[in-house]
Amino acid sequence: MSFASFAFYLFALSTIIGGFFTVVGRNPVHSVLWLILSFLSAAGLFVLLGAEFVAMLLVIVYVGAVAVLFLFVVMMLDVDFAELKAEMAQYLPLALFIGVVLLMQLGMAFGVWSASEGAQAARRSITPDDVSNTAALGLLLYDEYFLLFQLAGLILLVAMIGAIVLTLRHRKDVKRQNVLEQMYRDPAKTLELRNVKPGQGL
Amino acid sequence: MIQADLNVILPEILLSLYAMFALLGGVYGGKDRLSVPLIFATAGVFVILAFIVSGSSNGTQTAFGGMFINDGFARFSKVLILVSAAVVLIISPDYLRSRKLLHFEYPILIALSVVGMMMMVSSGDLMSLYMGLELQSLCLYVVASMRRDSLKSTEAGLKYFVLGALASGLLLYGASLCYGYAGTTSFEGIIAAAGDDHADVGLLIGLVMILSGLAFKVSAVPFHMWTPDVYEGAPTPVTAFFATAPKVAAMALFARVMHDAFGGIVGDWQQVVALISVLSMYLGAIAAIGQSNIKRLMAYSSIAHMGYALMGLASGTAYGVEAMLTYMTIYVTMNIGTFAFILMMERDGQPVTDIASLSMLSRAAPGKALAMLVLLFSLAGVPPSLGFFAKWGVWNAALDAGLIWLVVASAVASGIGAYYYLRIVYLMYFGQEPQDALDRRRAPILGTVMSVSALVMVVGVVSLFGIEGAAEAAANTLLR
Repeated sequence: MSFASFAFYLFALSTIIGGFFTVVGRNPVHSVLWLILSFLSAAGLFVLLGAEFVAMLLVIVYVGAVAVLFLFVVMMLDVDFAELKAEMAQYLPLALFIGVVLLMQLGMAFGVWSASEGAQAARRSITPDDVSNTAALGLLLYDEYFLLFQLAGLILLVAMIGAIVLTLRHRKDVKRQNVLEQMYRDPAKTLELRNVKPGQGL
Repeated sequence: MIQADLNVILPEILLSLYAMFALLGGVYGGKDRLSVPLIFATAGVFVILAFIVSGSSNGTQTAFGGMFINDGFARFSKVLILVSAAVVLIISPDYLRSRKLLHFEYPILIALSVVGMMMMVSSGDLMSLYMGLELQSLCLYVVASMRRDSLKSTEAGLKYFVLGALASGLLLYGASLCYGYAGTTSFEGIIAAAGDDHADVGLLIGLVMILSGLAFKVSAVPFHMWTPDVYEGAPTPVTAFFATAPKVAAMALFARVMHDAFGGIVGDWQQVVALISVLSMYLGAIAAIGQSNIKRLMAYSSIAHMGYALMGLASGTAYGVEAMLTYMTIYVTMNIGTFAFILMMERDGQPVTDIASLSMLSRAAPGKALAMLVLLFSLAGVPPSLGFFAKWGVWNAALDAGLIWLVVASAVASGIGAYYYLRIVYLMYFGQEPQDALDRRRAPILGTVMSVSALVMVVGVVSLFGIEGAAEAAANTLLR
């Protein structure tokens, strides 16, 4: 067994193990940590495929941002996970049955899997010879998939609008600073100097 | 090259630009002050775009390497989507005002979801299909839960979101299998790789998974579970929107994927579509009987109607697609009228949705009751009404394709379904004297929309305003 195939099986196995324990883990924080293991192993698989840029993206975006966000959500939200788990146990037999059926179907499909004759030719090469990985991705994304890229931007805009619509509350009791009002305030109108005699007060 | 491509997607670009400028205007215009003008402006933009789309060139153009297709089928669906979305926007302000939901984001989210729908019906690639679908769905999740202080609305949004994400996952997995088989995600490539015989197992599993994802979007059984709860929980104008434009878009997308990408292997998907069609008709007809909330009833009614529309698709012919398009047009028209009526149901200034409150409406508001009677007869598909001719079209298409069992089954389901529509008619005309009657309020826009819709149901029996010819031309461009 060559080193590459050894590394492949190592990463593949740890991806699956990470995914499995994410689902069955009792402590949600542990689940997130298993998820991070899964992401890291998947990044390793991408490196083996020669897609370093995607691998680094996976580490930076998924491990660095998404998983940490999950951790915060899990720790900050007051969700009773034990209760959720108990409810899940009720449906577990049915879920297991469906899962096993699905797995068997996929296994059968894998057993007789064959791609169409032109598939290999239609698929573009993973890394073009003359340009680097990242440059090739950039060309694809900003040139050929320009439309999809813009649509993805629109989807993010919708996500932003949605987050604001669903959470923003206009509070009336907040005192906000109005810079212009402060600057144009006329001392002559707001200040009054009085000569107070000692011992008398106003 | 890019210039030509941009010209093809000009309507979509214009609408997205409008949405972004409207967003800026709404933000700088102060707290929701511009909501009502924006709602009407958006409706106006939709109508103008519908004119631009329908008046644009007649041929088939593709852009961005086949990812975007502008053909007669796409144009027909786009006009239907734009016009129905415009009418739904026009009937919303009253309800939104009374429930204090007049956020300026509402018309903008609707506009962005319409952009998504326009992308869906023109998609020529699994990737652009998915992007359009997500853009549309994400907007819908947000507007469903817009009444955020109501438990039901929040539940509706969350349920829709979680199940929608599951459906997207199914669809994506299917798309990846299709890519694995064909080596490309473009519909042209897939149809060339699939051949015209039986499909390979891998492609077949991919096809079934894509089909499940799409069936969720049209709320066909067994992927209908979200529909009643979302329809009930969402604010009524949003429910009216859900029942019209997104259904058209999802149905058109369904037809496009099935014919453009899997048109060579009709025999493989025909039975699946026929099965979900017959299941939808029966579930919609039977489960609606026990409903006491008119919005839930309309949810089951829409499930049943999707069953009939899918029947046209199941025949797998150009005539079937034509019947499906005509069916969707009629369905949208009568649904808009019915929802305008539901929006008028108020008691003591508060919107109500229980069916019992309609009893003896014929005495309190004879005109309204008559219009509703026409619409309900049409929804039920009772013979002289327009709804019957819609069903007649899909029956003919299925008969031509030799699906006699499907026609018989759907005729029986239609008979069962008629019961609950006619029950409302019975309540309106022969019910008991109500304890507390509905408000008699003046709602000129709602009243007009409802009477026009009812009038179309009557006049449409004589002439369909050329819809049939347009649908036929559209169907022929899809099947080439």
